[in-house]
Amino acid sequence: MDQNIIDQYGDELYQAFVERRTIAPFTERDPDISLEDAYRIQLRFIQRRLDAGETVVGKKIGVTSKAVQDFLGVFQPDFGQLTSKMVYQEGDVIALDDLIQPKAEAELAFVLKEDLKGPGITAMDVIRATDYVAPCFEIVDSRIRDWKIKIQDTVADNASCGVYVISSCKVDPREVDITLAGMVLEKNGELYSTGVGAAVQGSPANAVAWLANTLGELGIPFKAGEVILSGSQSNLVQVTDGDELVCTIGGVGSCKVRFEGRSAV
Amino acid sequence: MSITLTREDIVRLCERVEGAQTRAYAIPKLTNEYPGMTIDDGYAVQSELRRRFIESGHTLVGWKAGLTSKAKMEQMGVNVPSIGFLTDRMARPENSVVSTSDLVHPRVECEVAFVTGKDLAGPGITAQDVLDATDYVLPAIEIIDSRFSGFKFDLESVIADNGSSARFVGGGRPRYPKDLDLRALGVVMEKNGEIVGMGASAAVLGHPAEAVAMLVNILHDLGETLPAGSFVMSGGITEAVAVAPGDHVIARYQDLGSVSVRFGE
Repeated sequence: MDQNIIDQYGDELYQAFVERRTIAPFTERDPDISLEDAYRIQLRFIQRRLDAGETVVGKKIGVTSKAVQDFLGVFQPDFGQLTSKMVYQEGDVIALDDLIQPKAEAELAFVLKEDLKGPGITAMDVIRATDYVAPCFEIVDSRIRDWKIKIQDTVADNASCGVYVISSCKVDPREVDITLAGMVLEKNGELYSTGVGAAVQGSPANAVAWLANTLGELGIPFKAGEVILSGSQSNLVQVTDGDELVCTIGGVGSCKVRFEGRSAV
Repeated sequence: MSITLTREDIVRLCERVEGAQTRAYAIPKLTNEYPGMTIDDGYAVQSELRRRFIESGHTLVGWKAGLTSKAKMEQMGVNVPSIGFLTDRMARPENSVVSTSDLVHPRVECEVAFVTGKDLAGPGITAQDVLDATDYVLPAIEIIDSRFSGFKFDLESVIADNGSSARFVGGGRPRYPKDLDLRALGVVMEKNGEIVGMGASAAVLGHPAEAVAMLVNILHDLGETLPAGSFVMSGGITEAVAVAPGDHVIARYQDLGSVSVRFGE
């Protein structure tokens, strides 16, 4: 795909993000768009955010469950970049006014203490390089109309990343079985769903290893101190004004978020 | 108690269920013939079945809770779980080959099992009472088998059919409940190496000990108590999965090890 079109699509996403509105799926307009093109559009979209003063603080991994991969017709995850403006602290209220069509996912976050430079990274390297894991919520959001996404659309749209919050419950990955750790999600005090780490690529560490290798191939740095959202362990949860979500990861701890305001859609 | 069936009807229905269980054939649901049958009638049939089994030399080893997930209760239109009794004849050793020729349509579920160290008697038993009276917990696979044709049944019929109890396998690693987060305990069930079920223990009434407490309170209504040394299965964390000869099932539990079972003709 021509670089002019890549830039145009990336700019369109950035404008939609700034103006909190949606755009038509790229795959509707350009059915032949490749995954590689989509990542180039993502780079442009992120570059616009960085030019506006944000910094890269980590990565998110998406499309990690078999159900979502089957739905999108792919056999591997995708990734997006986390930037400084996406970070909420535990206890903050998430302002829906800043989002377009948000949904929440419960995940395990990794924080690195060493760089991970793929290719050649295995899950064992991921554990060695991990400072700690913690429960987190990712609030995904789509700049694509009605979430009508194909894999290329979500990749271009920074893997549908919105904002995120990480719990202060930090655990060394040697102290807990992250593959078999249960996940309990409650919405407004009621049990909403349960899950387990293995739902993410067989183990969240496998997803992070995939990311390290993929970033290595693309020449994108993956540095100590970065946060990695390893992939959803829950279904997507609709959230509206006043909702409160709590996710507990067995042996790790809980993360609580509250939502206020009205999203654009 | 609202028993509407006559003693003769109870014996008749018990013989019908007993025949279906011991000779492995499907029967129509009992409410086809007795549309006015109540839940208490169901338990009256089940109690008669238990009396007969014990009379013919079976040993009562414990109980099981069924319909303990919100999804299953909603599906059945009930707000209480059901219970069934377990005998020594239903027990199978870990990793053994379970015959399917003497079952109608076997399905497997993974559950947290409790072994009690003190007597428990309702009414008013709480989850904390259960934990206080528990000797240890262990992982279990329950092999359920509804004897009703085409999986067409209702709560009254299921209770009469002993809550679809058929076989069970306990194994893994016994643990004290106080050393575990029994609410967010993760489970992965694999059939022939492929993940077929995932969840966390909160899927069972918010906490598996809640299911055992309800079971003890139902036992009180039946005029029974739960003696020390009882084995109690607290209800399926994952969806029930059909099995056939040649299948191998393993349930992997956070902090409790794993249980496996194979199926033959």
